[in-house]
Amino acid sequence: MSSNSESLGHLPIDAMSTAAGEATKTDTHGHSHDAHGGHGEHHEEQNFFLKYFWSTDHKIIGMQYLFTGMLMALVGGFTVYVFRMQIAFPGISVPGWGRVTPANYDGLITTHGSVMIFWVAMPVLIAALGNYLIPLMIGCDDMVFPRLNRLSYQIFAISILVLGASFLVKGGAFGGAWTSYPPLSAKAEYNLTPQGAPLWLLAVALEFVAFLLGGINFVTTVMNSRAPGMKMFDVPMVVWMIVIASILFMASVGPLVAGAVMLLFDQTVGTHFFDPNKGGDPILWQHLFWFFGHPEVYVVLLPATGIVAEIITVFSRKKLFAYKTVLYTAVGTGVLSFFVWAHHQFIAGIDPRMANIFSLTTLLISIPVAEMMFVFIATLYGGSIRLTVPMLWALAFIGEFLIGGVTGIFLGASGADIYFHDTYFVIAHFHYTFFPIAFISVFAAVTYWFPKMFGKMMNETFGKLHFWGTIIPFNFIFIPLFLLGVRGDHRRIFDYSRFPDLMKPGMPELRVLATLSLVTLLAFQAIFLLNFFYSLFKGKKADRNPWLANTLEWQTPSPPPHGNFPEGLPTVYRGPYEYSHPDRAQDYWPQNEKAAS
Amino acid sequence: MISKYLEAGSTYAGDIDSLILLILAVVGFWGLLAEVVFFGLIFKFAEKEGVKALYVTGEDPKEKRWVSIPHYLTLIFDVMIIIGALRVWAEVKLDMPQADETVRVTAQQWAWTFTHPGPDGKLDTEDDIRTVDELHVEVGKTYHFELASRDVLHSFSVPIFRLKQDIVPGRIIKGWFKPVITGTYDIQCTEICGIGHGLMPAKIVISEAGKHQAWVKANAGVAAVAAPVSGSTGGMP
Ligand code: HEM
Ligand SMILES: [Cu+2]
Ligand SMILES: [Cu+2]
Repeated sequence: MSSNSESLGHLPIDAMSTAAGEATKTDTHGHSHDAHGGHGEHHEEQNFFLKYFWSTDHKIIGMQYLFTGMLMALVGGFTVYVFRMQIAFPGISVPGWGRVTPANYDGLITTHGSVMIFWVAMPVLIAALGNYLIPLMIGCDDMVFPRLNRLSYQIFAISILVLGASFLVKGGAFGGAWTSYPPLSAKAEYNLTPQGAPLWLLAVALEFVAFLLGGINFVTTVMNSRAPGMKMFDVPMVVWMIVIASILFMASVGPLVAGAVMLLFDQTVGTHFFDPNKGGDPILWQHLFWFFGHPEVYVVLLPATGIVAEIITVFSRKKLFAYKTVLYTAVGTGVLSFFVWAHHQFIAGIDPRMANIFSLTTLLISIPVAEMMFVFIATLYGGSIRLTVPMLWALAFIGEFLIGGVTGIFLGASGADIYFHDTYFVIAHFHYTFFPIAFISVFAAVTYWFPKMFGKMMNETFGKLHFWGTIIPFNFIFIPLFLLGVRGDHRRIFDYSRFPDLMKPGMPELRVLATLSLVTLLAFQAIFLLNFFYSLFKGKKADRNPWLANTLEWQTPSPPPHGNFPEGLPTVYRGPYEYSHPDRAQDYWPQNEKAAS
Repeated sequence: MISKYLEAGSTYAGDIDSLILLILAVVGFWGLLAEVVFFGLIFKFAEKEGVKALYVTGEDPKEKRWVSIPHYLTLIFDVMIIIGALRVWAEVKLDMPQADETVRVTAQQWAWTFTHPGPDGKLDTEDDIRTVDELHVEVGKTYHFELASRDVLHSFSVPIFRLKQDIVPGRIIKGWFKPVITGTYDIQCTEICGIGHGLMPAKIVISEAGKHQAWVKANAGVAAVAAPVSGSTGGMP
């Protein structure tokens, strides 16, 4: 494939971006420097540990988050395997675990939910991709606060150790669900995990601190360090989305951190913030949790849609349909997402009249979300669509997320939610949103940016095998769960055989089908790991722009050296999606290529 | 649709089912249409030798119609759904009809205690009937219920009624139902309440007037004792 390196303007070093300020030096041995020149720090040769664990290079930190997230996904995957086996085959000795006790079961579902959201979706979508992509895509040499960035990962790593420790203490890991509602979560006499519960909470709180630090960095960097010429509307969509998501996160997490501290005090020092017997209010926690929790789902959704925007434009060789509309819908969704939280609490004991307001706002939010999907679909129109592996994932995101979106309407309609609340319908709904977000879009991103990250191409055949081996079982897990939800299966139940209404013909079979599909899906992930590591070491070499894309990260060597742009930081002349422009013979037009016409 | 799997056992169950059906029709149609268009475009615009993609910015109002028309349609259908949702919500949760009788539901880790009025039809008298894990009601009568918890959150769910309401310690939460069929069905706790959450099934027994009254007479004054709060014993039931 041809690369466009000839056309790269070799810019003088002093024409670089301003805010980061300092010239970046890259030494010829390929070693990276710990700190940037000009921070007044000494330079030293780095050993492996310093390079990969003590680095301030945004790319290394991005990889740390990526690999940690992948590792945690294995934990999330293992836990769901164990408890799904118990649901489908109650009482069996699960291979790799043994018999599942009710306490085990609750610990497993709690760990699965918290790990997948807080330690997989968040680190991969926001931290890994944000760190790796933002400086490369806006054309600067690093984050504005590189050491804050390193600190963020270190705190994140500690949060994992704390979570891990909760499995080893007396009473075992917390089992009060990822929502951690008091009084169950507040008192050891109720949850029977005297140390597991506070450790879980501490781990979550630490994780939030890590992402606050990361968020500050992302927003500041994008505002200050864009390449010369890059106007607001020339910023690639995925960067915008990560920035908006970071702002949403920072604006919503405050109340939850406060709530977490209050709950930690209730657990450990005997305060009564959530204790109804002493004048506290357990529902207050639910408000604090969901005031964060709902925006949080958009915090992870937005980066995923950004990834999709990058990929469908490249592989349909089309300009993104209505760039500004996408941006406005993202902001609109973000703002609205602060006004829908109580749809998780329709029947929680809040004033029932509140449901009317929150039902209305919830249905309203479906408008910008739907509009974003329409924009993506419209982008395909008139394209020249190539079904590469990343494109398959990006398209699958749209197809599957639509199902997640429309099923949200059933739940947002207060009258219908009376029946569906806390059933498997809810589980299926949010997995049709979260799975596309945390896995489908992430596989899209990894397969798309892999050549840039590691300088190697991934294997297409294995990629497609993994794609189908994931997408087909995925639907065979969650369509049965929709049906079970419709038939009344409620969630977080260790053994359904005590409920005759939930053991009617067909229901146990649907549970088994879902579990077997899950096992299939998990097994196919081995192909991904194989492909990933095989390609990493043995893959075909990738040149700098294998997909013929426009954005800046593709206009520098793969992988980019420390400092990112060895030929000098780029200058930007146009938006990121000028594909198939009528004035040009080539069907792409890199952002930094000097205008000829 | 739901009554195919689960009898519609209360006056409002049918209305909730119809609402769900309405939503299914609306979002099912539009969701399917979106998927069809989506897959259609993928096939129609597959890469072809020598054919360049169109250059469409989507900023032109004429092009924007592709998005804005579906957008307004979404709004219209949202309004339809919201009207249905709020009406059903009001029926179940806001408007309490006059009660013929009141029952008290007390949840704890991990059992239910139901307090029924005795033959005098009133609560808090000598002849009240207290049962564990079994609620007895008469078909065709309007009941108010009062929910209380001794420890953590629980949720009172009677799937055949399409009724669900969380129970919050420190409060009494009220609601109503009117059974329209007879039989014995599940009551479930649907809010995670500790390790025994999956082990607190209960029954609702709905009978004809005669049979129900006979049960009331035979059990007047019975005061079953619910198991102690198991959490404090630290063990499993
Ligand atoms: C952005 C993608 C979305 C994600 C990641 C998501 C995620 C979730 C999650 C995690 C829950 C369950 C929480 C729990 O109870 O443990 C949930 C429930 C809910 N979702 Fe979504 N959701 C998304 C989109 C939507 C949309 C577009 C709507 C409505 C238009 C919606 C409406 C609801 C409602 C009403 C509930 C509460 C249901 C109940 O608990 O009874 N969601 N969602
Ligand atoms: Cu929500
Ligand atoms: Cu329960």
